[in-house]
Amino acid sequence: MDTQARIKSIIEGNDVVLFMKGSKFFPQCGFSARAVDLLTRAGARFETVDVLSDPEIRQGIKEYSSWPTIPQLYVRGEFVGGSDIMMDLFQSGELQKKLAPA
Amino acid sequence: MFEPSEIKRLIEAGIPGALAHVVDDAGDKEHFQADVVSESFEGRSLVLQHQAVYKCLGSKMGNEIHALQLRTWTPARWAARGA
Repeated sequence: MDTQARIKSIIEGNDVVLFMKGSKFFPQCGFSARAVDLLTRAGARFETVDVLSDPEIRQGIKEYSSWPTIPQLYVRGEFVGGSDIMMDLFQSGELQKKLAPA
Repeated sequence: MFEPSEIKRLIEAGIPGALAHVVDDAGDKEHFQADVVSESFEGRSLVLQHQAVYKCLGSKMGNEIHALQLRTWTPARWAARGA
């Protein structure tokens, strides 16, 4: 499977998935830590993918959504944004709504 | 190493009519904070707004510009901020 197909299958196989640097418990970057914190505060159940342990995904995920930075959040297949957008949506309550089970 | 003024110039050149306020909070010339206001953001999702800004910065994003905390605003949202 090529990288784009791998990324697609990860996104389609998980309702809420965060591509980040490090793990949920040990984020390796302030932006990723903030994204995990927002998802946790929103009460979401989510999977994470550590891009630092997979260089192909690290590069490929930037191409997948034409988005040059990490973290990236996907909810039910849709690209939601990076940590700045997550913060914005959290403050308006839209993130919590998006994360509520369908 | 990058100057905030250079980021401002690239964004304002790439999005005609946009106003960008860029600061180098940490003073390290690698981690920046930007607020961008543009009428062209009207009616577009936050993802599209941020993509428009990233497009102005091209491959510098993630390389010379190590990290950019970005907020985008329509003029109406900017006027109402903090209200």
